[in-house]
Amino acid sequence: MSILVDGNTKVICQGITGNAGTFHTLGCREYGTQMVGGVTPGKGGQNVEGIPVFDTVEEAVGKTGADATMIFVPPPFTADAIMEAVDAGIKVIAAITEGVPVLDMVRVYEKVRASGSVLIGPNCPGLITPGACKMGIMPGYIHNPGKVGVMSRSGTLTYEAVWQTSNLGLGQSTCVGLGGDPIVGTSFIDLLARYEEDEQTEAILMIGEIGGSAEEEAAAFAKANVTKPVAAFIAGRTAPPGKRMGHAGAIISGGKGTAEEKVAALEEAGIVVAPTPAEMGDAVVKAIAKK
Amino acid sequence: MKIHEYQGKELFRQAGVPVLEGIVATTPEEAVAAYEKLGGVIAVVKSQIHAGGRGKGTVLDNPNQNGVVVCKNADEVQATAAGLLGKTLVTIQTGPEGKTVNRVFVEAGCDIARELYLGIVLDRASSKPVLMASTEGGVEIEKVAEETPELIFKEHFDPAIGLEGFQVRKLCKKLGISGAAAKAASRFMPAICRFFVDYDCSLTEINPLVITGDDQMIALDAKITFDGNALFRHKELLELRDLSEEEPSEVRASESGLSYVKLEGNIGCLVNGAGLALSTMDIIKYHGGQPANFLDVGGGANATQVTEAFRILLSDPKCKGVLVNIFGGIARCTTIADALIQASQTVGFSVPLVVRLEGTEVEEGRKMLADSDVDIISATDINDAAKKIVAAVG
Repeated sequence: MSILVDGNTKVICQGITGNAGTFHTLGCREYGTQMVGGVTPGKGGQNVEGIPVFDTVEEAVGKTGADATMIFVPPPFTADAIMEAVDAGIKVIAAITEGVPVLDMVRVYEKVRASGSVLIGPNCPGLITPGACKMGIMPGYIHNPGKVGVMSRSGTLTYEAVWQTSNLGLGQSTCVGLGGDPIVGTSFIDLLARYEEDEQTEAILMIGEIGGSAEEEAAAFAKANVTKPVAAFIAGRTAPPGKRMGHAGAIISGGKGTAEEKVAALEEAGIVVAPTPAEMGDAVVKAIAKK
Repeated sequence: MKIHEYQGKELFRQAGVPVLEGIVATTPEEAVAAYEKLGGVIAVVKSQIHAGGRGKGTVLDNPNQNGVVVCKNADEVQATAAGLLGKTLVTIQTGPEGKTVNRVFVEAGCDIARELYLGIVLDRASSKPVLMASTEGGVEIEKVAEETPELIFKEHFDPAIGLEGFQVRKLCKKLGISGAAAKAASRFMPAICRFFVDYDCSLTEINPLVITGDDQMIALDAKITFDGNALFRHKELLELRDLSEEEPSEVRASESGLSYVKLEGNIGCLVNGAGLALSTMDIIKYHGGQPANFLDVGGGANATQVTEAFRILLSDPKCKGVLVNIFGGIARCTTIADALIQASQTVGFSVPLVVRLEGTEVEEGRKMLADSDVDIISATDINDAAKKIVAAVG
C-alpha cells in the first residue's frame, strides 16, 4: 500500500487550461496517473489532449468520479478553489500554487480540517506514490517504488532526498511536499500517523527547515507514537536570524525556530539527523540499522 | 513590505485607530514649521527608518544624538532635525552599518499615564492571528518574552469575526485597565485587529501603546509589515514602498522574480528552490566556505532570470566564485544550461564556476554545457559541488 494516493486514485486538475496546469497534467498522465479531467470556469466542454474540461469541480466529480485534485489556479483564487474541491467531496487536494495570501489560508484552514478532506500545500510540489500516482510537479524518474515515506517543507530539496534514497536502493512509499508557507493544510504529525499505519512504509524521512515549530512538534509526536525508524534533515543551519530566505515560513524570529533547537528536539526523540544535505539517504540507512 | 511610522499612522487614522497629530519633514526648516503648526509647545522629533530601537539608537559619528528626541522649543527641534537628517542612525535592528535618515516625523506630545505593548502577528501553531498585549510597554518586547513571558497576554481571533468584546474585557482585566480607559480599549483593540485583517498585515506592532492622563488609548508607534502575497488587492499600498530602505541588489532581484538575500561571504550561490538554496549554503559552510548570498531562481526560471541572477552575483565585489546547484523539476536542466551559456556570453564569468545539474532533462543539459565553450567545473552531487567551489575560491 501507500498513503493518500495509489493506482486507483482519479485525479483532476483545477486550472488545467493554464500553462503550468496543462504541462503538469500531461506530465502526470505520462507518468501513469489516472488524469480524468480538469476544471477551468467558462471553458467547460473543451478538452486538453483528450482530457475533458469542466466548468465546476462538482460537475467534474459527477462525470468522472474524481477523488483527488491538483490546483494550479493563480494565487488570488486558490483559497476559493480549495473550498470548491472540499465542497465537491474531493478527498485529497494538492494546492501547488505559490504566493497565496496567508489570511486566505487562515480563512479556509479550519473548514478544510473539519471536512475530512486532506489538503497538501499550498506552495508545494504535490505528492507521489512511485509507480502508481503522481499528482504534482516533481520529476517522476528520480522516484522508485520502495519503503521510505518522504515528507518535506521544501520542493527541490525533496527531490534531492528522494534521489539519494533511490540511489541507495531504498525507494519510496509515498513522498509528500507539505509546502513552504506559514499555514499549510497538512503537518508532519498528520503524515507521521499515516506512515506509521502504512504497511509499505518501513522508514520515514522528514525534511524540515528553520522557522516555526513544526519539527519540534513532530519530534514529540514521533517519540510518543511512531515505532518505525525516522531520519531527518533541517535546512538553514547557517541562515542568519531575521532574514526571510525564500519561503515565507523560513525565518528565524525572536530567537525561535533555529536549526539548533530543531536538531536537539529531533535527536532527543531518537531521530537520526543528517548533518549535511548530502547525507539524507545515509541517515535513513542509519535509522533503519538502529531499530 | 514595510512602511514608515508616519505612513502607518496615517493608515491608522483612516481606520479609526487613535494617533497623535504629526507632520513629516525632510529639512530642519520644515521640522520647525511643523512644530509651530502643532502648537509650538512640546513635540517629539522621530527619525523615520525601517527599523526599531530608534529611541536608544544613535547617529553613527555622534553618540549624543538619539533617533527620537523630545523637544520643548523651536531651537531644539531645529538642532535635532539637523542632527538626524541625512545622517546614519544605528539601532539594535539596523546592524552596525545603520540606515540613512531621510525624513523625521514631528509629533505632538501627550500626557502619558501608562505605556503598554500591543502586537498582532500570525500564530503558525494555531493557524490564526493573535493579539499580544503586555504591561511592559516601551521596552524591547523580545526581552520581555524571554525573561517574563507571563507578562504577555494573548488572544487569538478569527479574521472573519475580529476581536470579540469578551476578549477585550479579559485583556483589560489582565492589563489592569478599567473605567474610561477600558472603554477606550473596547474601541481601540477591535479596530487594530480589523486593521491587521483589512490590510493583510503580517505584523502590526505598537510599542508603546499609551493610556493618557485623561484615559484615552493612543498608538504612539506604528510598525507594520504587509504580506507581499496580498499586495495585489492593496495596490494603493505600493505607493508607500520606500526603495531607499531596501538593499539595492535585493530590489533588483525581486524585480526579476528572484528571491535574493545578500550575505557576507565570498561564494555566490545560484539554486532553484528555497530549501535546496538554504541547504546549499549549509553545505558550503560545512566544507569551510562562506556563502555570499541566498538566491532562489524559482521553479520556472528562464534565461533572462538566470542571466540577471549572474549579473547580481558577479556585481558583488566580494564574490570569488559561483556555485550553481539545480535540481530540475519544473525548471528543466536544458533551460538552465542554455541560460548559463547565454549569461557567459553577455555577462562573462571572471571567477570560477562550479555547476551541478540534476533532474528534468539532465543529460541534454549536461551535454549542452560540455559542447559549449563555457569554462565550468562540473560536479556530480551536492557534496562534490560544495567541496569543489570551496577549493576553487581558496
